[in-house]
Amino acid sequence: MSLIAVENLVKTFRVAEHAPGMWGALRGVLRRRYRTVRALDGISFSVEPGELVGYIGPNGAGKSTTVKILAGILVPDSGRCEVLGRVPWKERIATVSRIGVVFGQRTQLWWDLPVIESFDLLGDIYRVPKANYRRARDELVALLDLEPLLDVPVRQLSLGQRMRCDIAASLLHAPSLLYLDEPTIGLDAVLKPAVREFLLRLNRERGVTVILTTHDMDDIEALCTRVIVIGQGRILSDGALEDLRARVTRERWLIVDLVDADGEIADPDAAMMRREGYRVHLRFDPDRISAAALINRITARHAVRDLFVQNPPIEEIIARLYGKSWQ
Amino acid sequence: MRAYWAVVSARLRMLLQYRAVALAGFGTQVFWGLIRVMIFDAFYRSTNAPQPMTYEDVVTYVWLGQAFLVLILWGVESDIRQMIRSGTVAYELLRPLDLYTFWFSRSLATRSAPMLLRAVPMFVVAGLCFGMRPPPSLAFAVLWVIATVGALFLACALTTLLSISLFWTISGEGLARIVPSLVAILSGMIVPLPLFPDWARDALDFLPFRGLVDVPFRIYLGHIPLEEIAPLLFHQAMWTAAIVLLGRWMLARGARRLVVQGG
Repeated sequence: MSLIAVENLVKTFRVAEHAPGMWGALRGVLRRRYRTVRALDGISFSVEPGELVGYIGPNGAGKSTTVKILAGILVPDSGRCEVLGRVPWKERIATVSRIGVVFGQRTQLWWDLPVIESFDLLGDIYRVPKANYRRARDELVALLDLEPLLDVPVRQLSLGQRMRCDIAASLLHAPSLLYLDEPTIGLDAVLKPAVREFLLRLNRERGVTVILTTHDMDDIEALCTRVIVIGQGRILSDGALEDLRARVTRERWLIVDLVDADGEIADPDAAMMRREGYRVHLRFDPDRISAAALINRITARHAVRDLFVQNPPIEEIIARLYGKSWQ
Repeated sequence: MRAYWAVVSARLRMLLQYRAVALAGFGTQVFWGLIRVMIFDAFYRSTNAPQPMTYEDVVTYVWLGQAFLVLILWGVESDIRQMIRSGTVAYELLRPLDLYTFWFSRSLATRSAPMLLRAVPMFVVAGLCFGMRPPPSLAFAVLWVIATVGALFLACALTTLLSISLFWTISGEGLARIVPSLVAILSGMIVPLPLFPDWARDALDFLPFRGLVDVPFRIYLGHIPLEEIAPLLFHQAMWTAAIVLLGRWMLARGARRLVVQGG
């Protein structure tokens, strides 16, 4: 059975419209105009236990609306939704006690309390048996290296430290489902991979199902086997990262470092995207010319120091996907 | 229960850290207490007519009022206001808790921490220096403690209701200013209710606010005959229950609006 089953979910918001200026403000007092915004416009997907799903889209696409509905804190206008076998907004308390949530932008820890007291408090709030709580806490403290932070009040933590504590806090009650909203925001280059590694292990070793919304495409590339792309309240694409790539563009990139700083590369099958000094970025269609043939041709005509072939980064793919769907 | 108790105790521990705030509050209240005693002193000197309360009782009453000012001095819970304004209140629903009980627990801690921090030193200082007297007998003392706990719960029910009203008023500025002054008068904090004119007494006796100040304070003074105390405690408990029910009903509606309309 699916862990999450969502069918045809629709959610609209009424937004009060104000005409500009004094006259508009006065008219607004008498008769308020509302504009209906469709945040979700018929969304369907399902998630199986143990999946690690990236849920991405631009701001205002409906990502957080979906997450709020899945967490039982927002009721949809229509459509069906089941999380862990329950309708979240009808059985909110039962549902939320089995899910963990991390919002990168805000903390769920108590601002004035030392981290360890926030943890204890969460253990009590989620009614975790004492022994289980201590085991989970010690394990998370060890894995996320929180020992030196435990006695520090949350307000004194840096963003990266707070983020690690928040992730630990969301897992104290051993949830089977974890929603992460921008979990690597504020983390430095050393911590980001560490947190990703932690999430991967959590997913593989404990089978925690993870839904991740993020703007950091490296997170997606490093973590997610499946990506759901949402835009304007509709699902634009749902599937493996590779399938998404294949669907949007088959294009590949060839990056060439020339010996000569102002050397030109003119090839009928490769278009130049940009150049940075010695480095030239080309794109080509592997159906028209194989990478090997193109490299042969270019190295035969130009003095090349180094070159490598690359897939377009996921940002590029997503940008094109939006471009396509809006046309 | 464990979950809600944990919320209360964590917040209590946090608030008990703010010793400087408590000390400053204590200083201010001693000052205001002296001013109020002087006003009543002037009032009692200027009249020969027998008053419903003796001057000595009024002095003790004033110091009780200074010790338990937090029973009436409230606005809306500031972090709930913050959450409703910024729309993050929806995230409160992520906890596996009943929202009303959760907020009520929070308010219980917010009221009782400063009450403990201020009442104890106030009793010592006012008892030693300013003529505050102990209750006339152990029976009154015990009943006073019960009535004070009841008053605390009534105050929490009222403040929680006030916080919930923010779902409709959003800013809460207006309410936060008006309500404390009204309650200060209606509860008997400013002027003891027996000193009010007769025509006002019926309404004041009926309203819930006397349960906050008038009832516990006059029990302490021994001003209410023992056999009349039970109905007053019942009055206090009934109002608390009614306000809790009203708060729950309003919160259910407010939360519905929130989850239907979005944070």
